[in-house]
Amino acid sequence: MSLEPQIALSPAPTSHRKRIWGRRVSAIAGFVVTVFLTFLGLLAITFFIGRVIPIDPVLAVVGDRATNAVYEAARVQMGLDQPLPVQFFRYVVGVFTGDLGRSVSTGRSVVEDISRFFPATLEMATIGIIIGVVVGVPLGVIAASRQGSWIDQIIRIVGLLGYSMPAFWLGLVGLALFYARLRWVGGPGRLDIFYDGLVSPVTGLLLVDSLLAGEFDIFFNAITHLILPASVLGFFSLAYIARMTRSFMLDQLNQEFVTTARVKGVPERVVIWRHAFNPIRVQLITVIGLSYAGLLEGSVMIETVFSWPGIGNYLTTALLNADMNAVLGSTLVIGAVFIFINKISDVLYRVLDPRAR
Amino acid sequence: MANGAPPPSFPSRKGEGGAEPLLSVKNLRVSFPTHRGRVEVVKGISFSVGKERLGIVGESGSGKSMTGRSILKLIRKPGLVTADRMEFDGIDLLSQSEKQMRSIRGARISMVMQDPKFSLNPVMTVGEQIGEALVTHTRLPRREVNERIWAMLDSVRIDDPKRVAGLYPHEVSGGMGQRVMIAMMLIPEPELLIADEPTSALDVSVQAQVLDIIDDLVTTKGMGLILISHDLGLVSRYCDRILVMNSGVVVEECAAGELENASHPYTRGLLAAMPTINEQRDELPVLDRTQWAGT
Repeated sequence: MSLEPQIALSPAPTSHRKRIWGRRVSAIAGFVVTVFLTFLGLLAITFFIGRVIPIDPVLAVVGDRATNAVYEAARVQMGLDQPLPVQFFRYVVGVFTGDLGRSVSTGRSVVEDISRFFPATLEMATIGIIIGVVVGVPLGVIAASRQGSWIDQIIRIVGLLGYSMPAFWLGLVGLALFYARLRWVGGPGRLDIFYDGLVSPVTGLLLVDSLLAGEFDIFFNAITHLILPASVLGFFSLAYIARMTRSFMLDQLNQEFVTTARVKGVPERVVIWRHAFNPIRVQLITVIGLSYAGLLEGSVMIETVFSWPGIGNYLTTALLNADMNAVLGSTLVIGAVFIFINKISDVLYRVLDPRAR
Repeated sequence: MANGAPPPSFPSRKGEGGAEPLLSVKNLRVSFPTHRGRVEVVKGISFSVGKERLGIVGESGSGKSMTGRSILKLIRKPGLVTADRMEFDGIDLLSQSEKQMRSIRGARISMVMQDPKFSLNPVMTVGEQIGEALVTHTRLPRREVNERIWAMLDSVRIDDPKRVAGLYPHEVSGGMGQRVMIAMMLIPEPELLIADEPTSALDVSVQAQVLDIIDDLVTTKGMGLILISHDLGLVSRYCDRILVMNSGVVVEECAAGELENASHPYTRGLLAAMPTINEQRDELPVLDRTQWAGT
């Protein structure tokens, strides 16, 4: 080999580099604009749905025995006498200045409520999805690479159970067995009662806050409380992720390039993980992303069974109390989570799949 | 290989000169289960290949690709491969374990497949894929691996090999993809190359180019070649010897130059159906399958 091509390639012209940077900046700008527009659309939809549903937020505040004068005063104070576009504009301005209004049922500002409830869900969902991915993906790969064997059958049955078992039932059985009988895990709630309120919330995530405060017993106590509900959530996402991984893998294992790898004499382990698994990472990102977003919505069933102060519980209570500010706020947060996860998936696509660059 | 020791990666070539066949196959049968019992797609064929170019011709479903794949033991369950004998350079391929087969695949027998669009891994660069074929069988420093990848790409007539090595399969054309495939399959210097319809997915204009490269490399490296194709004309141009297959059996075996003297009605029918440049016929004849249907 001569060295000529290298010499020809080495001086990278600055204009070329500039062009690459220009492209990157415009890509980032485009990204920000799409996120902003999507978020605005989400705001509009949640706001107008919130206004057209036959729930009277004024009644929820003043009660149904209030006089007309009191009712009217409250209506004006809440800004509901203004035309809808004005209300919407005020709401959007509020959202962008960090004001989501006041919750009727808790009496606190919705932002404060969400910053308290959402981290609880975030913590549980994150541990749940980690369990789901770390266990589910290898299970799916193993099942596909031994299609039809007894291992495959067992994994498929586990997947089917995860699909068909009611979450609250699994949670209750888990509590009865691992908490009440075996005493392996902590009970309902995020901490034992005597640890409650001992660490000052920084991130709202107890595992992080307790470590930041250097309170290791609180950290371990939080883990014992978290592990069971997170495992139940993890089991459901595991079942889904394993099934999807299996079917993506089966598809890849029949591809011609997998045969090419075998023709080269590549060990089967490498055939499976490098040649068949790498191309499905993009599809898996979608599945995992949606699964994670689903968990972040908050599972009302699990949160109820484990008395977990999460966003699912908060949203449901708010709905039942016609607490529209809380409902809109929670919906916004959940929507924002979906937008965020989708955008992250998009970025990961480009990193993982050269065809998407 | 009865003592179980895996063969070394690059053993010395024996039988230089082609006196001893590189590969000999006797009574090879490949079958698959269906709901109506096992169906044989290859029905007891025998042949041998030395350091020569053997062409296997046949229509779709004649079992030619299955023959190629069963040599590498790539037919996966529930497919079943049996043979009285399948020997490669004194190694009984049938009794080789999967692990022993891996040291033969790529290193000693390799295969170029039909369509580079499907046979190259979409998320690995061309260079990575070629390099993998090499490092699977030999330990070499990274720098030398790169040198050999570039040299190999150069030998399949790719300009600017350094740039091409960094491309992904979707960034190269079909003809270039197939040349990459050839580079990948020849870099560990195997003794036998099976080319399974290497040009049927390519434009006619690049077909000859790709076959010339295969022919050139196979001849200069003194390898054996099994060229599987449905194109009788192409095979007779590039091969020394031809096997004509039809529904799982070899119906004709002859030297490429003696194709005109073929005796089997199937071969005769194929030859008759080939148009020539000074064509006088209005309509090409159709194969009359009743002539050999009973055989």
